[in-house]
Amino acid sequence: MYVADSRGTPAPAVTPEPQAVAPGTRPGRRAALAPTVLALGTVSLITDVSSEMVTAVLPLYLVAGLGLSPLGFGLLDGIYNGISALVRLTGGHLGDRLGRHKALAGLGYGLSALCKPLLLLAHTLPAIGAVLALDRTGKGLRTAPRDALISLAAAPEDRGRAFGVHRAMDTAGALIGPILAFLILRGAADGYDAVFTVSACVAALGVLVLVLFVPGRRAAPSPGAEPVSLRAAFGLLVRRDLRRISLCALLLGLCTVSDAFVFLLLQRATGIADRWFALLPLGTAAAFFLLALPLGRLADRIGRWRVFLGGHLALLLAYGLLLTGGAGHGHSTALPYAVLLLHGGFYAATDGVLMAAAAGAVPEEHRGGGLALVQTGQALARFAASLGFGAAWTVWGPRPALAVAAVLLAVAAAACARLRPADEADARSAAETRAD
Amino acid sequence: MTLQRRILVLVCAVLLLAAVGVLAVVRASSRADEKNQPQAGGPQITRGEVTLAPDAGERRIVFRNMAWGPHRDELATVPAGAPQGPRTASGVSCLRFHAAAGTGICLQADKGGVQESYRAVVLDAHLKEVSAHPLAGIPTRARVSPGGHLVAWTVFVGGDSYAGTNFSTRTSLLDLRTGTFDASLEDFAIRKDGKAYRNADVNFWGVTFAADERTFYATLATGGQTYLVRGDLAERTVTTLRENLECPSLSPDGTRLVFKKRVPGLSPDAPWRLYVLDLASMRETPLAEERSVDDQVVWTDDKTVVYSLPGDFGADLYSLPADGSGAPAPLMASALAPAFLG
Repeated sequence: MYVADSRGTPAPAVTPEPQAVAPGTRPGRRAALAPTVLALGTVSLITDVSSEMVTAVLPLYLVAGLGLSPLGFGLLDGIYNGISALVRLTGGHLGDRLGRHKALAGLGYGLSALCKPLLLLAHTLPAIGAVLALDRTGKGLRTAPRDALISLAAAPEDRGRAFGVHRAMDTAGALIGPILAFLILRGAADGYDAVFTVSACVAALGVLVLVLFVPGRRAAPSPGAEPVSLRAAFGLLVRRDLRRISLCALLLGLCTVSDAFVFLLLQRATGIADRWFALLPLGTAAAFFLLALPLGRLADRIGRWRVFLGGHLALLLAYGLLLTGGAGHGHSTALPYAVLLLHGGFYAATDGVLMAAAAGAVPEEHRGGGLALVQTGQALARFAASLGFGAAWTVWGPRPALAVAAVLLAVAAAACARLRPADEADARSAAETRAD
Repeated sequence: MTLQRRILVLVCAVLLLAAVGVLAVVRASSRADEKNQPQAGGPQITRGEVTLAPDAGERRIVFRNMAWGPHRDELATVPAGAPQGPRTASGVSCLRFHAAAGTGICLQADKGGVQESYRAVVLDAHLKEVSAHPLAGIPTRARVSPGGHLVAWTVFVGGDSYAGTNFSTRTSLLDLRTGTFDASLEDFAIRKDGKAYRNADVNFWGVTFAADERTFYATLATGGQTYLVRGDLAERTVTTLRENLECPSLSPDGTRLVFKKRVPGLSPDAPWRLYVLDLASMRETPLAEERSVDDQVVWTDDKTVVYSLPGDFGADLYSLPADGSGAPAPLMASALAPAFLG
């Protein structure tokens, strides 16, 4: 039934939709990317350059610059994950309620930008920890409103591409940031304050681009309209599609081995030298960067849910390679590349694509809250998964733990393939009904 | 606002922010240059020969010179009897260093690529490179066994964009007699509370060697707790002995460990105090240093330890009786990672 549903996708995809499709768009050709999406992508790119500059030099700064021992630094992570979830839901819901996604996103970006100069003043681990927590609060606050803005700016049949462009730009920033930071440190030995100052300037530029080039709410909510209440926000889960998407994101999130473990397992499987270890996340990011747009477009064409599930199959394949490519089989030089490509592909097929899929299941006035709900469920599930995987590693050892994760992932993916929410076509007709 | 207006605002802001950024980099760069000029009132430093040979005359200290000037970060030496006197610098740069019995270990920055990388270099008595090993992170601890046959070092790994702010350590061991290299102590079998133990979150740091050239002590961290472990290089095992103990340093007679301990109730900025542990009775005694010490101490003899505290030019060294009596005394300014030789 799934195949039958999507076989006819190209035709409905160009069904005229008065509001969203730009005039003059010929059938079979895509509309130009909405300027708002490009602007938000630019904001994310700039902001990621800024924040990854800091992330890249932070260990060096703590150890070499301040002479601190950063061990035990991650202890607050657990508590912080809970707070971050609350902040995210708040950001999403307030954006809906006030009808001001842009203001909420701006607040989040602004808060993170403010943290960069604060780093110049913080010289102890607790103070730096507090600044980083504030930085992540800003990140939590802005994510859902920003994704709501992207989904509202793009035509429904173009959402996959819009999120793909955004995620590619975002990841590009993450790749550029560390290079910029280390270039500064080469020019000025121990110039951590210069790195933080430049990072602050870059972050300020990001906020400015948001303020100048991302339009605010096009129309204020009509006076007679029902206010977006908190109850209504949670009532979103009554909607079958959103409930199923959230459930699947949660279920699959519970079977996702966190990145740190994937890189550790990859190193164990292949015996990659320590000096290359730090480059593994860059490999994943590079694959994410290259694949985000093509997979986003593919999702528009063949169905977002299918690409989302496909991404998890890529992850499953990566687990399989890690399980079979390890000790006893000789070390294949292609293995690390294949695993990182699949791992980056997993992100490219799931991160923005999930938002594109979820956007179709949430009415516009609840877009921020709805997306936040899905993201939060997924983030909490992934956090639980990393705790669970750590425990399984302790009890069974790394390979059995990964084997269990692979089996669970396969089961969850099969369950989600059955639970499949109505495809975009349905959501689109719903949107049209509303527009009438 | 018209598009033209907005672009104008953007261009002005870009120019302004770029100016601030460039200014910050230029200032940091000129400050870095300043550190290559000798500091007023600093120690007199001349280029000369530095040897690690145990029988090279009077007792001396070899250390990382932190004083500003052309020899900053180089290994330097002073007579142990005149630590505040003129220094002789070697031309070999190290971030962390230790030496014993004519063998030295130097963890140094490798300023090759864009990103700073590090390597561990084993030095002979004449500071010639015996072997080099690339490092996975930022150097923090280095030790040579009393007989000069075993070498260990610890680096901080982490902080990459995906793993977030979680840091871990990696401790490596090298046996110079056989060339056996253990890239990570985490491959050793762990016995904790009498049972085999494993966990992905295991971290080791701060190795100290016994005189038998086989036994060592180190810190093991897992599940938010630190432990003192005793290791056996031949059996490739480590066994936990005690909780809440970091960076042990074994006395030359092998009977006591001085270590840093996280004392409850202290400010999280300055959580550590130095303690001495008697290995026969397992009794611990606080040392007479009231400041927080984040260092692996070095024994000068069976009665005295030396450690670093943050100073005006990076770090200063202090000495202290190892039995809890007395008071800390400044040993030398602008110095780090000392080894007492001869």
